[in-house]
Amino acid sequence: MDNLGELLHGFSIAVTLPHLALMVIGVLLGILVGVLPGLGAPNGVSLLLPLTFGMQPVSAIILLSSMYWGALFGGSVTSILFNIPGEPSSVATTFDGYPMARDGRPTRALATAFGSAAFGALIGVILITFLASWVAQVALAFGPAEYFAVYFLAFASFVGMGGAAPIKTVVALAIGFAIAAIGIDTVSGSVRLTMGVDELVKGVNFVVAVMGLFGIGELLVAVEEEFHARAVSSKIEWREVFRAIGRLPRHSVALLRSAAIGCWMGITPGGPTAASFMSYGIARRFSRRGRYFGTGEVEGIISPETADHAAGTSALLPMLSLGIPGSATAAVMMGGLMIWGLNPGPMLFVDQKDFVWGLIASMYVGNIVAVVLVLLTVPVFAALMRIPFVVIAPLIVIICVVGAYSVSNSYLDVVMMLGFGVVGYLFKKLFYPLAPLVLAIVIGDKAEDAFRQSMLISKGTLGIFFANKLVTCLIVAGIALLLLPLVLQLPRLWRKPASAATETTAQETAREKVTI
Amino acid sequence: MGRTSKLLLSAAAAVLAGTMPALSAWQPQKPIEFVATAGPGGGTDNLARAVQNIITKHKLVEQPIVVVNKGGGSGAEGYVYGKASAGDPHKVIFGTSNAWQQPLVSKVAFNYTDLTPIAAMAQDEFLLWVKQDAPYKTAGDYLKAASSGEFKMGGAQSKDTDEVLTRMIEKAGHIKLTYIPFKSGAETAVQLAGGHLDSHVNNPSESLGQWRGGTQRPLCVFSPKRLPQGAKVTATEGWGDVPTCVEQGLDIKQYEQPRTVWLPGKVTPDQAAFYVELMKKVQATPEWKDYIEKSSQIDTFLTGAELDSFIKDDLERVRQVAGEQGWLVK
Repeated sequence: MDNLGELLHGFSIAVTLPHLALMVIGVLLGILVGVLPGLGAPNGVSLLLPLTFGMQPVSAIILLSSMYWGALFGGSVTSILFNIPGEPSSVATTFDGYPMARDGRPTRALATAFGSAAFGALIGVILITFLASWVAQVALAFGPAEYFAVYFLAFASFVGMGGAAPIKTVVALAIGFAIAAIGIDTVSGSVRLTMGVDELVKGVNFVVAVMGLFGIGELLVAVEEEFHARAVSSKIEWREVFRAIGRLPRHSVALLRSAAIGCWMGITPGGPTAASFMSYGIARRFSRRGRYFGTGEVEGIISPETADHAAGTSALLPMLSLGIPGSATAAVMMGGLMIWGLNPGPMLFVDQKDFVWGLIASMYVGNIVAVVLVLLTVPVFAALMRIPFVVIAPLIVIICVVGAYSVSNSYLDVVMMLGFGVVGYLFKKLFYPLAPLVLAIVIGDKAEDAFRQSMLISKGTLGIFFANKLVTCLIVAGIALLLLPLVLQLPRLWRKPASAATETTAQETAREKVTI
Repeated sequence: MGRTSKLLLSAAAAVLAGTMPALSAWQPQKPIEFVATAGPGGGTDNLARAVQNIITKHKLVEQPIVVVNKGGGSGAEGYVYGKASAGDPHKVIFGTSNAWQQPLVSKVAFNYTDLTPIAAMAQDEFLLWVKQDAPYKTAGDYLKAASSGEFKMGGAQSKDTDEVLTRMIEKAGHIKLTYIPFKSGAETAVQLAGGHLDSHVNNPSESLGQWRGGTQRPLCVFSPKRLPQGAKVTATEGWGDVPTCVEQGLDIKQYEQPRTVWLPGKVTPDQAAFYVELMKKVQATPEWKDYIEKSSQIDTFLTGAELDSFIKDDLERVRQVAGEQGWLVK
């Protein structure tokens, strides 16, 4: 294989003392910005960018990408311990990670998340190594109609699983779409739903929404129930870290399936967020313990984390070969590429072999460095759970306020974040699901743009969604996922004509799964 | 335009110097905030960061500089922020021509008159791009083929520079195009490479990698004369080999996107003059030349009356197109 030779050459560039040192520095800085409120990977990388101008491009990208890996891992820490996702892609990790940590198993939750994330990243890099040229071609086949089909599939796989009452899911989705529509509309260029507030023209930032919905919302519920009044007495044991990692192979089906979903969503430019939601939704559907999802299931952590990192890693390929950034952080790195004098595009793989293969090799090494460093920090972070709730609660408020403010130094964001906190609280009390709301806020506007671009191209006929094999398959798969729960219900309805009985069971199940 | 603009420039500088006896009368007192009216990684963001880098490297200012991104609402977020910071000379806003174009076509809560213009520092050119294997070799061929009315033209944003140019092409070439807006020029370039579009009007830097990679090629440039030769992009061609659109029978003489620098409104002339001087110093550095070359832009420097008349001319042109299309906001 040609690629293997190139990769070995890449290793000879990446595995040198200065580059290894850069990786360690990058990963540590990344964990720091990932854990700190409101900083996040894109900000961290853009702060570091000016320092790299004097470096060799390959050293610079190794530093920045290592920071990215570190931040991805660090972002999971706050999702699991405090229910505050730092990146859109780690929202799905909170669904089971936070309950498990609250349940007195923070070490296991963190170790499981890191272990499966590393596995996902590894599969992503292997894919890049061997299928680089093929993958670049796949991404080109994606026009607006195909984009819409991918988003549709993500919605369908998550929504159709029927955790909460279907009508409540639809309501949550609709509210999410309305929030996503705030600001300037790409297709018409007009300002929508700003309700006379000038600053709302920028739209609602995701971080502002989730910090309120998850962080503050959860806090309000907890205060009311006095549920977490005592600290979790978690034992901090190194053995528990290794035990959690050792248990991972038992979930190999979930790992492989999630990695496959992640890679697919990374290559087709669906991105890590859609990947993690979709993977979680599908795992819940097909796992034997699906009904316990949302209460601290191991597979509920494995699925989104593996898919997130597999997608995040394989998304670097379209960035390099096509110049489409798969995430905000990738966009900053692309800006860096231009400043270093490299142009992302099909020729990068031919002109800049040292750079590309040095980077790919560094992804193997960098992820190993990242996972080792981050596992070392697990007991430290898990110890945070011992702090009593009365101390943690004000800290969470501070984290959320600072985080929301630092998104764009705007006071309005803080007010909106608190408003979202109340919404999150009401959703929980009234048994409305939060996940569809968040999913709609994050990818709702992208799905809308793609749909309307498709309609412009087709001059208004829906036939464009069945115009070729690729898009037809995606749409049919989406519809199938949507209809599956209905079809599964049919035989039961047949047997029990008394609909009243089914209704009460449906409500019971809804109540059982309210945490999602 | 190089020599005349330099002449005018020195004249303008002389006038400025005359009206303000001491240019060093005002110095920044606290850290300066560079506001990029675009997300990280875009052309405007790159400019802000390049200027920051040059100033820091050459120690042109005592105070530290931070770059913040306020790219929401196609840049409106940053301009609204600039308007709200009236009187604060420690905030510098980096934008494009949408500072005056956007208020014409959407109900945003600012106008360019709310800001103090400092300079237009670089100009991005526009080219007409088609897919590599498209049958047409010249803009004339393209227009002939496009008269079928089935052509799809992609671009960044709606009712912004790309769509305005598209409508100008329709008018000049007597054709009808379906315009499809995307989020950015890079995204549009990939859509053309994948064959989902027939053409787009990207800036050089947005399609450079794609041209080199043989997925798309430029037919012509919307400029009065050919671009400077520079290094070859593909094995055989460089930017200077691309004919002008007028040469090829598409009669649009000039269309450019200036990169603009603003202060908030209500600052003193001293403060504005300080930044004009600062940007001139930035432009004189070798790092600036390097940035211009790498991003394939045209070096320019408009300030004072010259910048005002540039804005007025551009505004008239856009107002005409927007009026014909029924885009003007009431």
